Amino acid sequence: MPTAETEIETLANREYKWGFISDIEADEAPPGLNEEVIRFISHKKSEPAWMLEWRLRAYRHWLTMAEPHWAMVHHPTIDYQKTIYYSAPKPKKKSLDEVDPELLKVYEKLGVPVSERNALLGVEQPAVAVDAVFDSVSVATTFKKTLGEKGIIFCSFSEAVKEHPDLVQKYMGSVVPYSDNYFATLNSAVFTDGSFCYIPKGVKCPMELSTYFRINARNTGQFERTLIIAEDGASVSYLEGCTAPMRDENQLHAAVVELVALENASIKYSTVQNWYPGDKEGRGGIYNFVTKRGACRGRASKISWTQVETGSAITWKYPSCILQGDDSIGEFYSVALTNHRQQADTGTKMIHIGKNTRSTIVSKGISAGFGQNCYRGLVKILKGASNSRNYTQCDSLLLGDKCGAHTIPYIEVRNTTSRAEHEASTSKIGEDQLFYCKSRGISLEDAISMIVSGFCKEVFRELPMEFAVEAQKLLGVSLEGSVG
Amino acid sequence: MRFLEIENLHARVAVPGGREILKGVNLSIKAGEVHAIMGKNGSGKSTLAQVLAGRETYEVTEGTVAYNGKDLLELSAEERAREGVFLAFQYPVEIPGVSTSYFLKAAVNAVRKHHGQPEIDTVSFIKLVKEKMALLKMDQSFMNRAVNEGFSGGEKKRNEIFQMAVCDPRLALMDETDSGLDIDALKIVSQGANSLRGPDRAILVVTHYQRLLNYIEPDFVHVMMDGRIVKTGDKNLAMELEERGYDWIERQVAAGV
Repeated sequence: MPTAETEIETLANREYKWGFISDIEADEAPPGLNEEVIRFISHKKSEPAWMLEWRLRAYRHWLTMAEPHWAMVHHPTIDYQKTIYYSAPKPKKKSLDEVDPELLKVYEKLGVPVSERNALLGVEQPAVAVDAVFDSVSVATTFKKTLGEKGIIFCSFSEAVKEHPDLVQKYMGSVVPYSDNYFATLNSAVFTDGSFCYIPKGVKCPMELSTYFRINARNTGQFERTLIIAEDGASVSYLEGCTAPMRDENQLHAAVVELVALENASIKYSTVQNWYPGDKEGRGGIYNFVTKRGACRGRASKISWTQVETGSAITWKYPSCILQGDDSIGEFYSVALTNHRQQADTGTKMIHIGKNTRSTIVSKGISAGFGQNCYRGLVKILKGASNSRNYTQCDSLLLGDKCGAHTIPYIEVRNTTSRAEHEASTSKIGEDQLFYCKSRGISLEDAISMIVSGFCKEVFRELPMEFAVEAQKLLGVSLEGSVG
Repeated sequence: MRFLEIENLHARVAVPGGREILKGVNLSIKAGEVHAIMGKNGSGKSTLAQVLAGRETYEVTEGTVAYNGKDLLELSAEERAREGVFLAFQYPVEIPGVSTSYFLKAAVNAVRKHHGQPEIDTVSFIKLVKEKMALLKMDQSFMNRAVNEGFSGGEKKRNEIFQMAVCDPRLALMDETDSGLDIDALKIVSQGANSLRGPDRAILVVTHYQRLLNYIEPDFVHVMMDGRIVKTGDKNLAMELEERGYDWIERQVAAGV
């Protein structure tokens, strides 16, 4: 007689839908890492000398560091000399019309509206400006002109280095210094591209900005950097999506994202992460070791992170907020799903420095199969951050009896006028819930999908509409498959 | 032809060495009839309702159940629901974050899909829901609340009968719907159930007390004891049970009458 647990176990043998490999000729660096490779990357990108200097400083520092092992994840030793640190589809084209049709096909398969025309035709969909990053370089940025009229800069990171060096030099590394941590330092040395976004004073960005990342080439690491700056009174909502082909070997993804919000500015950063998670036995998949941090530098500024993490073999990621400005607000909404052999150690850091600062953390972990899900979060309220508040809610949902959920909160409050609240719960999808749904004619798959979506509702409602729908579907297919 | 024909039904808790709860239930129900099953706690009456709805925590070890020309025991819980079996739960389950409206629409569409009908359009769905809410005197804000979450005991029971009215089943199983209801709610819930009475459907009411049967008048009353139906009568039997309790039946059974 099947029980809820055995039924759940029989789920989830779905193939990774985005696992296709595209046959695109690439311009690559030889595998391995040394100063020559870094000079090669910098040269390939025709970078100014200061950029190369910065990379080399980071690299030399990286050599003195050790890979961190405090996270609750296990993986074989990573051979950093086997990774290819630069791979570009060649030849690089200048405008969208000239982009390799093969590449456009890839993005079409992924459902990314790289073409402005397509985006405009989709009437019911609000316009989304997209920057697409393939392996190491950015291939197309749409809607540049519309944004340009408002003074908004949205381009690839490489372009920003050349076109807006003053802004890049001023802000790059100001939130995540090159010496920050092993993976961020590695990224600082070898990052190849990413997105850059600058919203001038008082401008509300009229559309969602979006970047799609895709790792295609074998043995390639993707090291992108994203930098978003919102000047006084500016606001922007930014979306990030990612996929990778199915490959037996593990691939490294070590990105850095820096956000800077000045007075009264607000940045909303949403991620739907669907890197290849590896197969059922845990072969292959992406190691997603990412440093994301935002600085609420100005008074009454706000940074809100929303993430839906369904992919990657290992996720190591703590999108954080440094609440420097008085009255600033930090938010973190997260859904992390681990199925099969996936491991996630994810959470956030909220550092309260300014007075009357507020932070909210809502974390929803879902574990299925042999998945291990760990919430790790730091709430630190400094002495000067009087009258500050934090509210944290960590909920874990277990599907089956071979997975795990862990919650590791760190709370430091250094003044007496502030308050931190932490609520945590762990639950299983109950046989009674499933029977209740089934007794109404709802199939097991739909029931699980419905219950999981309900569990994640507080996070989904933070996502922009079309992303919320996508995220819900993604959760559905990540859990379901072979039943019925 | 019998609408529901239960013969020698045995069921046990579906764990190794699980206790046998149903020990040979025989019951036949014609379309258009309302049957009540009464009995003490632990007599097996709720288990019977759940086994009929297809709960997998019970294992049927012996016997047959024919429903509307089909072998009911061959069907999964969701297939039974799509074939018109509805269980109103004794303890309705909470589904956090899922609105009643979304849940109910999924249920209605699952049944429609099974019968090769297109999904219900929003206008028709709202019309249907409003009509049934009025019948059960429910506030429309119910639809936006998560399924049973934060509902009072009475609200949960009312929500069950509301769902039952919307799903329009052919075999309605009501498992102790009256428990935890005040007299006004009891009347409203009974009205909802009575609206389902019709020549081509049947209702099976499981209850402790005769009180509910004042409002949902049964054609037959059965007494269940130790996993079997030991006595059958008309609604007067319920009155008698109310007055005299169950002991006299126990003595009759013990004496082999």
